[in-house]
Amino acid sequence: MAKSKEAAPDIPFRIMPALTDLNAHFWQGGRDGELRFQRCKGCGYYLHPPSVICPKCWSKDIGIEAVSGRAEVLTFSVNVQNWMPGLEPPFVLAIVRCLEQDDLRLTTNIVNIDPYEVTIGMAVQVVFEPHVDQEVWLPLFEPAK
Amino acid sequence: MSEATDLIGERRAVISGVGQSDIGRRLFRDPLELTIDACLAAIEDAGLTTADIDGLSTYPGATGPNGFSGGGITDVHDALRLNVNWFTGGLEYPGQLGAVINACLAVSAGLCKHVLVWRSVYEGSAQGSGGRAAVMPGGGSTTTSFKASGFMQWLLPFSAPSAATWIAMYAQRHFHEYGTTREQLGQIAVNSRKNAALNPKGIYRDPMSLDDYLAARMISTPLCLYDCDVPCDGGTAVIVSRVDTIPDLRKPPIKVEAVAAATHGRPSWDQYDDLASMPAQDAGKELWKRTDLKPSDVDCAQMYDGFSFITVAWLEGMGFCKKGEAGPFLEGGQRIALDGELPLNTNGGQLSSGRLHGFGFIHEACVQLWGEGGDRQVPNNPEVAVACSGGGPMASTLLLTQGR
Ligand SMILES: [Zn+2]
Repeated sequence: MAKSKEAAPDIPFRIMPALTDLNAHFWQGGRDGELRFQRCKGCGYYLHPPSVICPKCWSKDIGIEAVSGRAEVLTFSVNVQNWMPGLEPPFVLAIVRCLEQDDLRLTTNIVNIDPYEVTIGMAVQVVFEPHVDQEVWLPLFEPAK
Repeated sequence: MSEATDLIGERRAVISGVGQSDIGRRLFRDPLELTIDACLAAIEDAGLTTADIDGLSTYPGATGPNGFSGGGITDVHDALRLNVNWFTGGLEYPGQLGAVINACLAVSAGLCKHVLVWRSVYEGSAQGSGGRAAVMPGGGSTTTSFKASGFMQWLLPFSAPSAATWIAMYAQRHFHEYGTTREQLGQIAVNSRKNAALNPKGIYRDPMSLDDYLAARMISTPLCLYDCDVPCDGGTAVIVSRVDTIPDLRKPPIKVEAVAAATHGRPSWDQYDDLASMPAQDAGKELWKRTDLKPSDVDCAQMYDGFSFITVAWLEGMGFCKKGEAGPFLEGGQRIALDGELPLNTNGGQLSSGRLHGFGFIHEACVQLWGEGGDRQVPNNPEVAVACSGGGPMASTLLLTQGR
């Protein structure tokens, strides 16, 4: 993997998210090894991307909770084109669904597997890529153990 | 049709003229010049003068990354010294042709009579030798000062800057759910290449076989190089006029039968519920509620192909085939050929004739309805056409008919 001079060894350059009060729980939960989402205290619905109101019960009483980090691959693509410096192709871009809720999903990379062996429906689990100097821990996924 | 006719306001709008600048892979000309060339050509085509233009509408306005916009409202307004009663330009539209739909609504509401609508790009020149990375967020550099925000924060950190990879995931899901194959998908690119060969303004006009397509290098599975459109320089303009101005026009205008621009569900590339489709299906569903015409009445379809799978989403979303059946519909390519049951992207689409970003489709729909297609003219006097733009969470569609 290509390295930027700011990042730790073996950590590819990545464009980082702009951290805000609303999204920090998601990007920084990995510091404690946790995949975190907003969750409505009124009805238990997980919200992602973060919002200011629960779209199910309209409660504004929203907390932050960790999920198990276990998920299912909804779809993926083996990206071959080199668009930008950083992660070395081929790599897998995927949309995964967290097991806790049918519509709790995120775009991510599937790692620690031959890119051409990823399949739709595959069980995966979160693994964090630390960008400590940027205070961001990227939630990536690998085959479930 | 489920809407009351008096609520279908877009029927008070017609398309009176279209125009296009030179189009090329890299022209290295001032993008505003391309824009103005297209605008003046459209005004002349309609039989009008700049003094008649009293409305302006464009996508995306003077904004976006390098090469994305060849001129906003103010640029054109001032360059042509217009007097306008209404204008709008913006990025948050339901697909690029949202700018045309806005114009239809403005004339229907009586705010103006003749709206100049345009979209121009100079991505070819802007990319230069830097490739697509040169026009991407962050400019392809490894600087840590650029941070992703808005919806891009959920994609860019995962090294996914291009819609190619986002749309590849939709295609993969479609392949998985419905058994669609690369051989079937490839017919879209092969068909576009055939049509571009007949279009003097086509960019890639050399023959391409299905084998050539299958042998092309992969970009992001299952999409290969020929599933991706061609960055180019060029401007396209259309004039939307109010129906009571028809006597002032040079030729019988194209009638706007119905428009739609729906997105039902989450407006997002990765949160939209149905990952084997797109809001094209929502726009399609709404369109057919506004007309007595049926998909089987359509004589040619000009549907967005920034990446070939988007056309699949439109084929199904517009009801030209059943959901999940675009693969078999495309098989062999005969149905979508110039002499097939649904001639598709008859100018070569964006895949072979350049990313004019949505406006090439409405231009071509009008050219075909006017019978001005030359070598690529759809046979048997086409009377009904659709123009569809946008992919992912953005979708806008217009159903157009011959005015005579
Ligand atoms: Zn709730």
